[in-house]
Amino acid sequence: MKNKSLVSINDFSKEEQLRVLEVAREFEKNPVQTILQDYVVASLFFEPSTRTRLSFESAVNRLGGKVIGFSEAGSTSVKKGESLRDTILTIANYSDLIVMRNPIEGSARFASEISPVPIINAGDGANQHPTQTLLDLYSILKTQGSLDNLNVAFVGDLKYGRTVHSLVIALCNFNTTFHLVSPIELKLPSSVKMHIKEKNLTYYQYTDMEEVIPKADILYMTRIQRERFSDPLEYERIKNSYNLHNDMIVDTKENFRVLHPLPRVNEIDINVDPSPKAYYFEQALNGVFVRQALMALILGLR
Amino acid sequence: MSEKIKELKVSAIENGTVIDHIPSNAVFQVIRMLKLDSFDSMVLFATNLESKKYGTKGLIKVSNKFFLPEELNKIALVAPHASIIEIRDFRVSSKKVVEIPAQVTGIVKCFNPNCVTNHEQVTRRFTVVEKEDLRLKCHFCEKITRRSNMEFI
Ligand SMILES: [Zn+2]
Repeated sequence: MKNKSLVSINDFSKEEQLRVLEVAREFEKNPVQTILQDYVVASLFFEPSTRTRLSFESAVNRLGGKVIGFSEAGSTSVKKGESLRDTILTIANYSDLIVMRNPIEGSARFASEISPVPIINAGDGANQHPTQTLLDLYSILKTQGSLDNLNVAFVGDLKYGRTVHSLVIALCNFNTTFHLVSPIELKLPSSVKMHIKEKNLTYYQYTDMEEVIPKADILYMTRIQRERFSDPLEYERIKNSYNLHNDMIVDTKENFRVLHPLPRVNEIDINVDPSPKAYYFEQALNGVFVRQALMALILGLR
Repeated sequence: MSEKIKELKVSAIENGTVIDHIPSNAVFQVIRMLKLDSFDSMVLFATNLESKKYGTKGLIKVSNKFFLPEELNKIALVAPHASIIEIRDFRVSSKKVVEIPAQVTGIVKCFNPNCVTNHEQVTRRFTVVEKEDLRLKCHFCEKITRRSNMEFI
């Protein structure tokens, strides 16, 4: 994986994805190291994403590396009309690796093809966010002991949620049974279902989440955004119908865990948080180990 | 009378290529795709000719020019049933049909306004994911451009 950019989850084979998770486990045991002390990582956030940026920067800092960059495009030469090409070619001179978040779709692929240093895509518009997928896989692996043969339920906006799309595609390598819970207007797109069908895996679609919960090993909750609905009343109705409460997860499997890419709005009530089955904050922490692993592998340090 | 003879002279070509069975509304697009608008030998074209198979059709004749297969396959995007007739010494030396290529580079615009190819100077690239009901997947933003929202550069 040395010098390989990560733009889309499919850029890494199943074996490479598993290798990242294996190395992540190593960093989880020993998260503070000095292996990046001679390295500079550029963190270019053309749109703000505090959570993802801090996770990357924490990962670099705990390994002794330096971070340069910006957290929004407003304060940079981009504002003066500099092309992405020029920004990347300039900053590649100052760094060993570029982490980039950019609202323009395809910008990460473009950057990876012109940059002399590897690029990690930290989100390009609605397109890809592969490190989220890797940390989701790591969280599933850690809580279930295996990625194979699981019942994974996805709830919420399955139409526009890119984290859902990438994770569904990644899980198609592991004989997953999919339970897809969404309002009719926010169903998983057929382009994503195609991947499930190609692997001859099973999926079920629901509009109601309650009947799914007892069957699930993983309940992957997502946020439903108001702007997806033309009718505000419809939004209110749906928002309240996908609201997870602690009493709903009492009769679940022992290994059942609730995941969420965060931030949440009201789809998981805070009374779920103390439950040992609530896993979303640990999931966010796992992101640091996965990003440490990914950077170490790409820089050839593992 | 002399006018008539002149007309006959130009309609037959000694050496070159005839592109037949182009949809009438795609003739100008094919001319642009093959860069015939800046070509310096004789180019003839016709639109709205009668066609038994398609109702009407267009046709282009280019003298002293033989195209590479990849040049011709580009035009399959707008003229999927075009036939290519090569003429040498006033005789048909070969006849073939166009084929939609696996990759489409530099001729189609990505329909996604938020795609990097519509913001930066970059050669547009697509993989053809569906030939019949033409669907192109953008190499960059990974979105699908269909025939209905296809725009040529
Ligand atoms: Zn595109």
